[in-house]
Amino acid sequence: MVTVDLRRRVGATTRRPNQGSRAFNAVNAVILTGVVVATLYPFINILARSFSEEHAIRSGQVNLIPKGFNLTTYRTVLTDGTFWTNYGRTVEYTVIGTIISLVLTTCYAYVTSKKQLRGRGLLIGIAVFTLFFNGGIIPNYVLVSHLHMRDTLWAIVLPNAISVFNLLVMKAFFETLPTELEEAAEVDGMGTYGILLRIVLPLSKAIIATMVLFYAVAYWNSWFSAFLYMDRQDMFPVTVYLRNLIYGATSGTNEDASTDTALQIAANIKAVTVVLTVLPILVVYPFIQRYFVTGILLGAVKE
Amino acid sequence: MSAPKVIELPPESRGTSLAPPGAPDRVIPRRQKTLRQSIRKDWQLYSLAVLPLVFFVVFRYLPMAGNIIAFRRYHPGGSIFGDQWVGLRYVRLFLSDSTFWHVFTNTLILGGATLLFTFPLPIVLALLLNEVRTRFLRRFVQSISYLPHFLSIVVVAGIIVESVSVDGVVNQAVKAIGHSPIPFIQQPEWFRPIYVSSEVWQTIGWGTILYLAALTTIDGNLYEAARIDGASRWRQTWHVTLPGIRPTMMTLLILNIGTFLAIGFEKVLLLYNPLTYPTADVLSTYVYRVGILTGSFSYAAAIGLFESIIGLVLVISANFVSRRAVGTSLW
Repeated sequence: MVTVDLRRRVGATTRRPNQGSRAFNAVNAVILTGVVVATLYPFINILARSFSEEHAIRSGQVNLIPKGFNLTTYRTVLTDGTFWTNYGRTVEYTVIGTIISLVLTTCYAYVTSKKQLRGRGLLIGIAVFTLFFNGGIIPNYVLVSHLHMRDTLWAIVLPNAISVFNLLVMKAFFETLPTELEEAAEVDGMGTYGILLRIVLPLSKAIIATMVLFYAVAYWNSWFSAFLYMDRQDMFPVTVYLRNLIYGATSGTNEDASTDTALQIAANIKAVTVVLTVLPILVVYPFIQRYFVTGILLGAVKE
Repeated sequence: MSAPKVIELPPESRGTSLAPPGAPDRVIPRRQKTLRQSIRKDWQLYSLAVLPLVFFVVFRYLPMAGNIIAFRRYHPGGSIFGDQWVGLRYVRLFLSDSTFWHVFTNTLILGGATLLFTFPLPIVLALLLNEVRTRFLRRFVQSISYLPHFLSIVVVAGIIVESVSVDGVVNQAVKAIGHSPIPFIQQPEWFRPIYVSSEVWQTIGWGTILYLAALTTIDGNLYEAARIDGASRWRQTWHVTLPGIRPTMMTLLILNIGTFLAIGFEKVLLLYNPLTYPTADVLSTYVYRVGILTGSFSYAAAIGLFESIIGLVLVISANFVSRRAVGTSLW
């Protein structure tokens, strides 16, 4: 089993810096700075664009700083009823989807973490096989349509209710819990449900938080199920709203807007919507990133 | 021994707690219980698995079985398994479809190019990060580089489209070197570079996590010994670091190869347009258009099944080769 500690450094103890080493460090610093800049550049550009004035955007002057500060498009998007309806859908799908996924994943992970359980290998196999072979888009589409789940929340939540990767992460966590407590509770006559609810879950707050974040971010970001199964505009999550803007399926403007306003909106509505969609993720990112890293590492441990 | 296929609860065990009769078995794990005993003892555990199993059966295994429509005629509204056998008709149809071969080639090229860049670059970045002495700086670079992983693919597509637009940052650079702006998103020859470079942008940071973890498990004494033998920093990397992370590399390579054909469906769907079909159209997007947009479900299912089977064969072969050659495997 891999012990995980990203902070521990290897081999950094007593290397005496020589000329080659110093040259390498300089090159390394340049490369890593390049990585940071290249990662952030497009974000800052989009942000600058979203606050800029149409003429400056069209003539290609907007780079990292807004030119000709303008809020018309923000005002338009933020007063667009459809935008808020779709944002509400995103929240709805994320909350309900995360709860359902969490319950199902916890149950199955707990069962398959019981090493003595008869049939455990089969239960794990049933889940893991789906990582390497799946039905594909057509049979899934046919099935969801056949179950009359189109234009309902279930089309988004149920077909992806359990992520096998998340399941394996949680199972790996449960396997690290000491068995003594559970055995003691069993001797005291507590049933499996009681043990899970009153002993195991209180010890698993960290992994539950990780699972909530994994699923919530996935649901928040998802768009394809909605794109595939939703015909009604008021059922779209905000990602589909954004997708339709990018693809030019909608313009985001009212027909009666004045020409200047329409031009301004056309110039940066994509940028504005990108910023508004990504904002919640950016706000929570510094706090959730750590959980994701530990979760990924837990999932990578082979049994 | 009676062996009911469905897990059902023996009535007498309902509501009773798990009491002493079953307990001794737990202490002596070697002794095999009969199925009836197992169920009586652990029925509460099994009952927790029921709903998740329903999920797997309905939303994972039923669609696998649903691929049968690749060999049967299907009409919307009819049975999801189709209503009449047509044999290999649809398979023969796509094998003689020139568009199929075209998108198949596109898939191989795009998948190959993506693998060529997105597999080694995180390793390089992890090695570079590993050489940074200042902890704060290393963590800062890591945090920034993970960021694109958390974005919706739609947001990524939005950022790409804006960046390469005629008035976007890329064209500002193009103009700065005295060239006229290029409408990148409409030109087939630019699709692959845009796709691959944005893929690198999105995955390079996140991809370092497992390598950085593997790097911390390498025994420090190995570096010490290498230094005493006079190995330079480069030779230490080559002879100690790389062999140390080889299992991680192989595991990720096998996984990458397994998803080779399914490559980037959602992103291609968001970025391509009829003008760029010549280079951008891949198997999964072709299946989507043929099946869902034009309603040839059986034909599309046949191609989709072909894609899934190749994916499975690829991952099994990669796993086999890796186990034989370097002793690392997924199972």
